[in-house]
Amino acid sequence: TDRRTFCLFLVPCPALQCVGEENCVDSRTVYISHKEPPPGTEAFIQQRFPDNRIVSSKYTFWNFIPKNMFEQFRRVANFYFLVIFLVQLIIDTPTSPITSGLPLFFVITVTAIKQGYEDWLRHKADNTINQCPVHVVQHGRKVREQSHKLRVGDVVLVEENEIFPCDLILLSSSRDDGTCFVTTASLDGESSHKTYYAVQDTKAYKTEEEVSSIHATIECEQPQPDLYKFVGRINIYMNNEPVARYCPNFNWPVIVLPSAVAIYTGMETKMALNYQSKSQKRSAVEKSMNAYLVVYLCILISKAIINTALKYLWQADPNRDEPWYNERTEAERQRAFTDFLAFMVLFNYIIPVSMYVTVEMQKFLGSYFIMWDDEMFDEELQEGAVVNTSDLNEELGQVEYVFTDKTGTLTENNMEFIECCVDGHVMPGSDSIDMIDTSPGPGARVSLASEREELFFRALCLCHTVQVKEEETVDGIKHGIHQGKSSSFYISSSPDEVALVEGMKRLGFTYLRQKDGHMEIINRDDEVERFEVLEVLTFDSVRRRMSIIVRSNTGSELYLFCKGADSSIFPRVISGKVDQVKARVEHNAVEGLRTLCVAYRPLSPEQYQQVSHLLSGAKLALQDRDKQLAEAYDRIERDLILLGATAVEDRLQEKAADTIESLHKAGMKVWVLTGDKMETAAATCYASKLFRRSTQILELTTKRTEEQSLHDVLFDLSRTVLRHYGGMTRDASLSDDCTDFGLIIDGATLSSVMRPNQQGSSSGNYKELFLDICRNCSAVLCCRMAPLQKAQIVKMIKASEEHPITLAIGDGANDVSMILEAHVGIGIMGKEGRQAVRNSDYAIPKFKHLKKMLLVHGHYYYIRVSELVQYFFYKNVVFIFPQFLYQFFCGFSQQPLYDTAYLTLYNISFTSLPILLYSLIEQHINTDILKKDPSLYKDIAKNSLLRWPSFIYWTVLGVYDAIVMFFGAYFLFDNTTFTSNGQMFGNWTFGTLVFTVLVFTVTFKLALDTHYWTWINHFVIWGSLLFFVVFSLLWGGIIWPFLNYQRMYYVFMQMLSSGPAWLSIILLITACLLPDVVKKVIWRALWPTTTERIQVGSDLNGQI
Amino acid sequence: MMASSYKDEDGHISVSGTGAGAGSLPSKKPENTAFKQQRLPAWQPVLTAGTVLPAFFIIGLIFIPIGIGLYVTSNNIKEFEIDYTGLDPSSPCFNCSQNFSWNSTKPCTCSIPFYLEQPYESNVFMYYGLSNFYQNHRRYVKSRDDSQLNGNEESLRKPSKECEPYARHDNRPIAPCGAIANSMFNDTLELFYSDPNGTKTQIPLTATGIAWWTDKHVKFRNPGGNNDNLTAAFQGTTKPINWRRPAYELDSDPENNGFINEDFIVWMRTAALPTFRKLYRIIQRRNTMVPTLPRGNYTLEVVYNYPVRSFDGRKRMIFSTISWMGGKNPFLGIAYITVGSVCFLLGVILLFIHHKYDNRNNNPDISSN
Repeated sequence: TDRRTFCLFLVPCPALQCVGEENCVDSRTVYISHKEPPPGTEAFIQQRFPDNRIVSSKYTFWNFIPKNMFEQFRRVANFYFLVIFLVQLIIDTPTSPITSGLPLFFVITVTAIKQGYEDWLRHKADNTINQCPVHVVQHGRKVREQSHKLRVGDVVLVEENEIFPCDLILLSSSRDDGTCFVTTASLDGESSHKTYYAVQDTKAYKTEEEVSSIHATIECEQPQPDLYKFVGRINIYMNNEPVARYCPNFNWPVIVLPSAVAIYTGMETKMALNYQSKSQKRSAVEKSMNAYLVVYLCILISKAIINTALKYLWQADPNRDEPWYNERTEAERQRAFTDFLAFMVLFNYIIPVSMYVTVEMQKFLGSYFIMWDDEMFDEELQEGAVVNTSDLNEELGQVEYVFTDKTGTLTENNMEFIECCVDGHVMPGSDSIDMIDTSPGPGARVSLASEREELFFRALCLCHTVQVKEEETVDGIKHGIHQGKSSSFYISSSPDEVALVEGMKRLGFTYLRQKDGHMEIINRDDEVERFEVLEVLTFDSVRRRMSIIVRSNTGSELYLFCKGADSSIFPRVISGKVDQVKARVEHNAVEGLRTLCVAYRPLSPEQYQQVSHLLSGAKLALQDRDKQLAEAYDRIERDLILLGATAVEDRLQEKAADTIESLHKAGMKVWVLTGDKMETAAATCYASKLFRRSTQILELTTKRTEEQSLHDVLFDLSRTVLRHYGGMTRDASLSDDCTDFGLIIDGATLSSVMRPNQQGSSSGNYKELFLDICRNCSAVLCCRMAPLQKAQIVKMIKASEEHPITLAIGDGANDVSMILEAHVGIGIMGKEGRQAVRNSDYAIPKFKHLKKMLLVHGHYYYIRVSELVQYFFYKNVVFIFPQFLYQFFCGFSQQPLYDTAYLTLYNISFTSLPILLYSLIEQHINTDILKKDPSLYKDIAKNSLLRWPSFIYWTVLGVYDAIVMFFGAYFLFDNTTFTSNGQMFGNWTFGTLVFTVLVFTVTFKLALDTHYWTWINHFVIWGSLLFFVVFSLLWGGIIWPFLNYQRMYYVFMQMLSSGPAWLSIILLITACLLPDVVKKVIWRALWPTTTERIQVGSDLNGQI
Repeated sequence: MMASSYKDEDGHISVSGTGAGAGSLPSKKPENTAFKQQRLPAWQPVLTAGTVLPAFFIIGLIFIPIGIGLYVTSNNIKEFEIDYTGLDPSSPCFNCSQNFSWNSTKPCTCSIPFYLEQPYESNVFMYYGLSNFYQNHRRYVKSRDDSQLNGNEESLRKPSKECEPYARHDNRPIAPCGAIANSMFNDTLELFYSDPNGTKTQIPLTATGIAWWTDKHVKFRNPGGNNDNLTAAFQGTTKPINWRRPAYELDSDPENNGFINEDFIVWMRTAALPTFRKLYRIIQRRNTMVPTLPRGNYTLEVVYNYPVRSFDGRKRMIFSTISWMGGKNPFLGIAYITVGSVCFLLGVILLFIHHKYDNRNNNPDISSN
């Protein structure tokens, strides 16, 4: 049980960079145990490598404040407020610097505390890693060291179940054959145990003394992020003679075991390099927000300009400028041209300082509701939804195109062996096995075709990368399907292979294990057969096949077994019952089964010599090793004899069809992008209701383009589609019963469609034409796609003229590119590793959770954020516009209408909490209804709540409210008293009256918009009004000793002691709210949206 | 966000635990609380024509009577106004307004006769009004030192720089400092009633109770506390440039002198708008049987000190009676009637809409359920 568990911590790394010029060489040379090579061997360049310290934190104790400040002030909004603050400090402005300084300080502090806390957590995590103990072999002794002190070239001793401290090369293992088993779950998510081999020439060095006697250097590349690539060469000096050996092209440059040598350390480990900071995605809402901000900035500037101009006009009369009662000081006379800035300062509150903070808090806190959702929790995986970026919550409510992977996303990626076809004879794989055994017919057939058949079974038993796990403990991460039944089960990174080996077991051939370079299988007669593994030609997605070369122990014949996709096997086959197998493969593909073909080639010893020569030549190459290997494989895997084909079923995920149907109803277009072949993929699409029976399928495949030119096919299709839609009225096209179109396109055709300007100008239009067709299809299936093509498609749709919002969902590493490309990337916690999850913006356990994610969470967040944004602009217009109007009555002197405390606290305390809370818990419609009726999603499509008309409506409403408030107060104050003792009120009472109406109106407006009143809403809304009143009473109730003015003293209370003030407050609030209520009610009655209809409906139901 | 990446790492740690890991791990299943699952019990109101209708009618029914009440009250208030600026050559104060000089030692007086057509019952409030006077100008509003006015000795000697350029004069601190204090209204208005038989009697004017109680007793305080000798307390300061008398000589009554002089306090409460009035005197009602100001001929005697011509200002004197809702202001009543009627009207329109459309909209839902 030499199982080693490997786990490294993912470390963010800004970018791969050369540290200093001298290090920028193509390769590095590592001296094992820091022993220099014998003199005269090679020019010796001492390279400096970083230590093994992992740094994921951004700040240190010393640079936190300057660095954090710098980063925060790089944001436009913060910088703007800093400038305003500085202007206030420098020139004589109407409001004290506190009014903008305090909110800014608040905002900056909150952000800094949050970031500081996060960085502290990172420091803690870093320290845990950096200080974890590592055993290093020094001078033949085992020494304990802290992980971060590890240097490149150190020989590391890793015990069982330990975590690798850095990237290592395996020198030897406690096992005689120099193997060790490694889990790479934290890197690529594959939890299977991979076998790694020690360097052949060092595997004999076992004890510490022996290991430290190794005298060798390793030449290898500079660190690079590709997990699956490592090219290096080890030079071992025996008696000072270099013996060149190749270092096998490890999947993973990493080793284990008693002794291994550190290759890449610290920030140069593959893991660190792989944590690339993703490019920032911005949501449509954020873009609207920024556009509005620009509008408001323009409004602000024009307000300031208008007032400045009017001020100079007004001041032209010196008696107005400086009447005898109000003269300037000398200093003030000399100061000129500050008026514009002063007006800017006076009106600057129109740009909502706290909006960004509130939006950020809303997103951050709001994302917890996604993580907390127990409907999106998967019992089996013990995982719920993961939010990697909370910036995109609202974008989930805007999705128009969904690009989904098939395997593992739509389907379970849980393979079941269904049947195999040997030489044209079909053998069912599972349930009917007993029948086969008992019936004489097949039995007879078995004996007839036994040679071929057994070869077929042997091929499947041998040609794979499955490992046997002999353990009874149920490991949460195993891939075996075979729970409990036996003490061993199969694990592999490819579920197909497990299914095949399992299937073979049921058909009588059991793969036992791999031992000492031999694979052991038990045949039908319960005899153990041993095959020596000579070469493994590993699987890759370009070749789409793998091969193995074995020598039978009994007959010492040499075989090459090859297994792969039909398209990659058939062209290489020279004999066998190709037609029958092909027919069966096609039949199975239509059924939605995954098919693989199996072929073999007997090798003579001479041929093997040749093969082995080819391979070792390619493997030793330091340059273009991959290319040379591919060429070698190509030359080896030919002249095959077809044995048969297998069929494996990949069942649809639970509720996948229901989910797709809901997405369709919600107006989203669902595209399936898969690497599978067309027939299989199409079958899955039918099963998942992506295509219905009524769907008219348009094909754009290589098969068709072979017959007609691409040009003709495209025009044909577009004519079909356009004729269909052209012939109908707009309304009819919305109804359900009209036939919809489904398009199938394959990778090859797609690339020719996308190819730019191949034959002059005409082909440039293909893309447009293709997009036209796609736009009119409700479902599109793209098969035979390379990972990069997936991203290309997403990019193409993104760039089309409507700029739709795209979502990509997938579970495998091949989906990462499209996940990164799409507006929203969703990862499924599937069986193909965690790459997709790691690169996604959101991750969910199962495809079915997408429904709730989009229809419920996405919808809510969109509603919430859009209200948040509109409301913020609204409340600041209402806030500032009266100040603007007041300038016309105070001689454009920049006299603020409200007291400093009100100016400062309006945004940060009087009106901040209700909207934040609204944006966290508002539910305009119940969750269940949203799920039941996906068409509600269409109501918010295309950023409908943040389009210019609604923005203008809110702004106009704000201006109206401001006018009502200001002139209401104006006429009330107009040259009369409104107290019963004849005393007069001054300008601060005027401002306080407006401000009181303002705070109440703005809060009530939000209350009217709230559809979901929990106790928290009541608490916060009434609480914040109460806070305003209490604060005002307090603020005016005391002569504040630290203030140099007491202008608010008793102003609020005096105002409340007057009956007409109360009456006018009530009147003005009513008058402000009236138009909005009327508008809402009339619109709802005359032009109700679906949402509104449902709201009323559910309301009535509730009453009944 | 970053927080979730820790989660990630935690996740790995747990994955790296081998063997019997899964079973012993605490379930990561989120808590099934109403808050976390967004299922808090809630009241879910929807604004529809049906629900809003009653509110509109109620608002209409409440607002219209209030409005009528306010309007009637406002109309019952008697108000009388005299503009005594003296811009017109025929005006008695024409000479005073033309010959104004800051340096003149001899006060210019003028008397304006007028006739009250209605008797004024109960207390009558006498205001002076100024137009085109920007008491709300920023430079003006801030030009005061509240700490000095609160009796702070230090501020008395060293006025705040906000008071500039009215902080010091002749190297002595001005008390009270600032533009507001400096420009205090200093016309003297006196009222005489001419009996039908020709005798002129002066009507007594009360000069207290015109400022806010809190201002007079808390916010404004003379330096030196309750020291009787105000002159000593103001020692070392100088009067505001435009004042004819120092602060400690504003009134003979020690309770109305210095900073707690109510005329001064009233002036120091800066008006919101450039046309404003300030309470000057109260004519107390003495006898329930006799109107406070009976119908007849009166004379307003003005000591004309305050220049307004330079900035096109106007000076007025106003008599007004006061109701519970203050002075004459039809605005509030009209606004209430308007808003109330609009609500009522909208209520009718919504009623119509409700019957015509809401039922139609609801029908499919109800039938489908």
